[in-house]
Amino acid sequence: MSDGVRRRLRVNPILCTGYGYCAEIVPELIAVDDWGYPIVSRVPIESDDLLKLARKAVATCPRLALVIEESTEGA
Amino acid sequence: MSSVGTRLLGGPSPSQGYERLGDHLRRLGARPRGSPRLVEVLKHSGLRGRGGAWFPTWRKWAAVANRSDGHSVVVVNGSEGEPLSAKDRVLLQLRPHLVLDGAALAAEALGADDVVLYLSRSSRETEQVVSHALREREERGERPVRVERTAHRYVAGESSAVVSRVSGGQSKPRFTLHRSADRGVNDQPTLVQNAETLAHVAMIARYGGDWFRQLGTPDSPGTTLMTLCGNLRHPGVYEVDLRATVWQVISDVGGTVSPPAGALIGGYFGTWLAPPALESLPLDVDVLRSKHGAAFGCGVLAVLPQGGCAIVESTRILMYLAAETAGQCGPCINGLAALADAMQRIASSSPESGDIDRVWRWIEMVRGRGACHHPDGAVGQLSSALTGFKQHLSTHLVGHRCYGASTAGFPPPPMRGNGWK
Repeated sequence: MSDGVRRRLRVNPILCTGYGYCAEIVPELIAVDDWGYPIVSRVPIESDDLLKLARKAVATCPRLALVIEESTEGA
Repeated sequence: MSSVGTRLLGGPSPSQGYERLGDHLRRLGARPRGSPRLVEVLKHSGLRGRGGAWFPTWRKWAAVANRSDGHSVVVVNGSEGEPLSAKDRVLLQLRPHLVLDGAALAAEALGADDVVLYLSRSSRETEQVVSHALREREERGERPVRVERTAHRYVAGESSAVVSRVSGGQSKPRFTLHRSADRGVNDQPTLVQNAETLAHVAMIARYGGDWFRQLGTPDSPGTTLMTLCGNLRHPGVYEVDLRATVWQVISDVGGTVSPPAGALIGGYFGTWLAPPALESLPLDVDVLRSKHGAAFGCGVLAVLPQGGCAIVESTRILMYLAAETAGQCGPCINGLAALADAMQRIASSSPESGDIDRVWRWIEMVRGRGACHHPDGAVGQLSSALTGFKQHLSTHLVGHRCYGASTAGFPPPPMRGNGWK
């Protein structure tokens, strides 16, 4: 994970309709609000295990609303 | 020394209508041609965007210039969706050629091949003046500018909504991971710039950055347009020196009708302030933010009359903003509606138990979770009213009657808009 790339989950709130699968797959990064919509952690994903789960959440979203945003350190 | 400026609104009196191109040129001289050097001049001037975010103008220009390659778009944002603001409308109706000079300078400096004037359908008069002014310019060989219109909606002026509408879509914000400077209108590099900002550009191009800095403060140089409303003897649009304080401005334009019970600065996404804070409030946008947690925004100052209630007015604004959601993002649709419900009970001094705790939880829950900053702005003004008027809030929470709702003198929100095109 020390490839100098910072990865964060981002949800496109326009596409998201609150299926909630993502929060079940990776509750460490995604909570659910009072209306069933995901609250996505802004903290960069540090471990390979979490990244794997995050990718699974991205792949599972029926709305394709989740993305992993990559930025290079310091940018 | 008066805090009222005459850089943008100087010249013939408003009763004479808009300044024709010939008069404009006689008074100010022809504008220079825009070139990449103008970006450096803007940097030196310290000009910041007057649309609400006060972002350094030169940075936006540099980003578009980097990408432009002869194909880019300049959008003059004159849509002014903020109900309390009238400054862009007034500027376009009185000094359209200043704004259009700025747009032409931007197009030349950035190598843009498309210039768009983005207007709300709500103002017939603006459109008439602007179409006359554009005809005058084309006769003199200035490049054509196309006018794009939007339904009059609160969020229609948000940068990604502007890009969407000018690309032929609806004036609703978009979710993007890139800036409009990189990919904007029809995926071209795009400068979206507030109308007033471009008017300042027209003056800076003529007189230079040092001249611009003769007024204002080092971090907020120059003058700015403000819309003053509510509890004032002479409400209206004024140009003010950014060096002034809010209180100086209020007294220079004739003072208040009754002792102010507070004020909202920055419009519906702005900040409520109680009377003690008003006394020494500066206009300098950085000091305003760091010392008072307030944003100058689009330059609205709405003063509460004696007996007025910030809790009631902020709830009315929240209800309007909840209705003005573009309806795209769950947290905005559901969160603002839930907040508006609970706040209506609190504002009418009949809260259910736990209402205020839910309100605070929802404020935090909603913040930062829309595609645009609509939910953030809405809960920002609400939370500033709840913290700034904490003592008065407690009278609402214990169920004591508040007469603020029946006190006239603070402008009520308009009806929600219709359509998205």
